[in-house]
Amino acid sequence: MAKKVPQINASSMADISFLLLIFFLVTTSMDVNSGLSRRLPAPVPPDQKVDDMKINKRNLFIVKINSANQLLVQGQEMDIRQLKEKAKEFIANENDDPYLPVVFTEVIPGLGEVRYTKDHVISVQNDVDTQYQAYLNVQNELVAAYNELREEFSQRKFHKSYADLDEDRQKLVQKVYSQRISEAEPKNYGGN
Amino acid sequence: MAKIRRNEKREMPALNTSSLPDIIFMLLFFFMTVTSMKEVSYKVTIHNPQATELTKLEQKSLVRYIYVGTPTEEFRKQYGAETRIQLDDAFAEVGEIENYIVNERSAMAESDQGRMIVSIKADKDTRMGVISDIKQALRRAYALRISYSATQRTSY
Repeated sequence: MAKKVPQINASSMADISFLLLIFFLVTTSMDVNSGLSRRLPAPVPPDQKVDDMKINKRNLFIVKINSANQLLVQGQEMDIRQLKEKAKEFIANENDDPYLPVVFTEVIPGLGEVRYTKDHVISVQNDVDTQYQAYLNVQNELVAAYNELREEFSQRKFHKSYADLDEDRQKLVQKVYSQRISEAEPKNYGGN
Repeated sequence: MAKIRRNEKREMPALNTSSLPDIIFMLLFFFMTVTSMKEVSYKVTIHNPQATELTKLEQKSLVRYIYVGTPTEEFRKQYGAETRIQLDDAFAEVGEIENYIVNERSAMAESDQGRMIVSIKADKDTRMGVISDIKQALRRAYALRISYSATQRTSY
């Protein structure tokens, strides 16, 4: 008769795994790494003069944020909640308004004839004392404006949500509504 | 034949706990997959700003962090209450960022070097002067892909 092996006492196994569990709970954090992705412009070589902006005035959309976090959009005071609509109106310029950016009509392979404002620039200027959250709010609204335009465009052209398009088509839509948010070289506005 | 056991004490059968470790392990694996290791211990307090148009940073190995905020209670005495920058585990000056980024990038695999993302984790009350300085330093270091770390905003 084979010798009977005594059963291993596994009751402490639960304790061990509890310990491991608690260790992981303590050392890890739930926060997901999400954020607002942006791209910085390449550095200006030191010997090169900062060239004065040779941008047609109608192609420029200026958003200024002062030290009290107030917005000045195209020379007008504005609430952050109106910024997105204003930016969308500017980027799309659907009615070919002479005060909004120049609209080009181009044939893009894969999309057909498209009207878009390819030379527009959104310029964000902030003060040294501007609060980070206020600056981020502005960036967020501008990105939201682009995202909404892309979504609407994709619905119109492909009858699909932008997120559901394949990569090539997303690239095409991005080309039409490419993010052109420029961040000015830091300046000190209004003294001190 | 029915046997009447009146004198014998009735004992509760021992609860079978052999599946308990399995359950706990399942919990453990769940937590291991949904959470992430803390990158560093914070020496600055950071209240995340909020935004809506967020993108997730997928590849952890490509991301480097810059923490910006006021020093925590224990470092107040030494470093004061002004906004400070933390790189890895130590306080740093703006001038050190460029070197740090260049070093970190050269330590990466060559194919990943161009895809490096710098995540700026800054307190929402930070003044933009500091952030602008960091951005200029990042531009000089050619770390052009950045991400402003933020949490999802639910309402205005």
